[in-house]
Amino acid sequence: MSSVISFENVSFAYNHINVLEDISLEVEAEEFFGIIGPNAAGKSTLLKLLLGMLEADKGSIQVLGRTPVEASHLIGYVPQAPSFPRDFPIKVEDVVLLGCQNSARYFGGFSSEERKIAHEALQVVEIDKLARLPIAELSGGQVQRMLIARALAGQPEILVLDEPTANIDVQAEENIFSLLKQYNKHMTIIVVSHDIAFISSYVNRVGCLNTRLVCHETESISGKTMEELYGAPIKMIHHEH
Amino acid sequence: MIEFFIALKDYQFMQYAMAACLLASLGCGVMGTYVVIKRISFLTGGIAHTILAGMGIAYFLNGSPLVGAIIAALITAVLIGFIKLRWRQDEDILIAAFWSCGMAIGIIFISLTPGYNTDLMSYLFGNILLVSFDDLLLMAGLDVLVISLVFIFYRQFLAATFDEEFARLRGINVEATYILLLCLIALTIVLLIQVVGLILVMALLILPAACAIQFSSSIPRIMALAVALSALITSGGFMLSYGPDLPAGASIIIVATVVYFISIFLARFRHD
Repeated sequence: MSSVISFENVSFAYNHINVLEDISLEVEAEEFFGIIGPNAAGKSTLLKLLLGMLEADKGSIQVLGRTPVEASHLIGYVPQAPSFPRDFPIKVEDVVLLGCQNSARYFGGFSSEERKIAHEALQVVEIDKLARLPIAELSGGQVQRMLIARALAGQPEILVLDEPTANIDVQAEENIFSLLKQYNKHMTIIVVSHDIAFISSYVNRVGCLNTRLVCHETESISGKTMEELYGAPIKMIHHEH
Repeated sequence: MIEFFIALKDYQFMQYAMAACLLASLGCGVMGTYVVIKRISFLTGGIAHTILAGMGIAYFLNGSPLVGAIIAALITAVLIGFIKLRWRQDEDILIAAFWSCGMAIGIIFISLTPGYNTDLMSYLFGNILLVSFDDLLLMAGLDVLVISLVFIFYRQFLAATFDEEFARLRGINVEATYILLLCLIALTIVLLIQVVGLILVMALLILPAACAIQFSSSIPRIMALAVALSALITSGGFMLSYGPDLPAGASIIIVATVVYFISIFLARFRHD
């Protein structure tokens, strides 16, 4: 397997405060990689470096053999919270169409080919019936699905999701992760989540981040690992539904 | 009312005035939509008032005030765009400074110009009855330019106004797109100055689009509706001002405000 994402001794500081220190990470093609860690551990900063939205102070980052900025159009990004006003006058399908920006047609309106891709992405996340609805009328879970569809419409090689299930209920969370698992057959997926118990059943490997990064195979995550990461005793409760 | 239509049939200046209303409505509806969805009314006001500097300087140099207005509008749009992008924390104060300073420069140059030019007062408060055929040609040219560029860069404008962060990730130069958008808004302001003057231009740019946005979630439809409403408001205001001999610019703005309040009421009624 080839490495699609490579961080080599990367450090980053905001106003001289180290947020990430000496991060080294290799993510293989078609891997489902989870990143967990407490608040202010640097999870979102790591994603921003990967997406080329920030530049590392030290070290080097390669994405698909290019710099993060050069590769950004090959990455589908699902942000933690929508970075647009919810009352913006736009329909669901037009938001998803904006994900098709890296197509050959750069100027003018959207082509029928792009509309087809957007419709397929909406079908995948099962909100194609909401395509003509204004975004103001969507629930939190539907917005999350729309954001995933927008990322998929760009036909990315890597899908990056920042807390994709933060604002939705457990059933919707399960549905979204099952969907991602299907996509993982031909796409590398990086997901940031606070919910280790949940993501561990889907991801191949977990990176525990708290300024520094330690990677584990999912089977090897223990209560002790979690205590070290969060700096407080963690109770592991096994239960069945 | 009948007097108005008789005058419209008989007098060329009335026909030019009506043509100016309709030409101004095209740019107004299209660019006003961006001003409303991007919530940059204050910034637009800053550009509008700074234009007086360009007009004043053009008068002083014995040039065309409209050419001065276009040059000042474009320079101000670029400068204010940079302020918005680079000095976001001081944006409010810097735009207010531009607003006042632009007007101050304009007033100084007017006072330095020998004699008192009434034409300049018409640019401040609008005098649609003074529109010439050359002005109409300029307005048509500006309309063609603005609407063509909006058509060409439609998806860039949509992406950058909706979600800057995502647009940047998809390889769109958000800064350049934003500056281009402001330049087109600035040119539209020059279009509208002919009709209502630069003091009242903000209301005419914003209110038709603010009405339209309540009835659609599709930007092209909002633009089309805003163009139709602008045409209705400007020609309606012009018509109402004719009989009692009121200033057309001010009458148009009052009609725009009334239409806006009616639209709020209708939108609530429809929602309920």
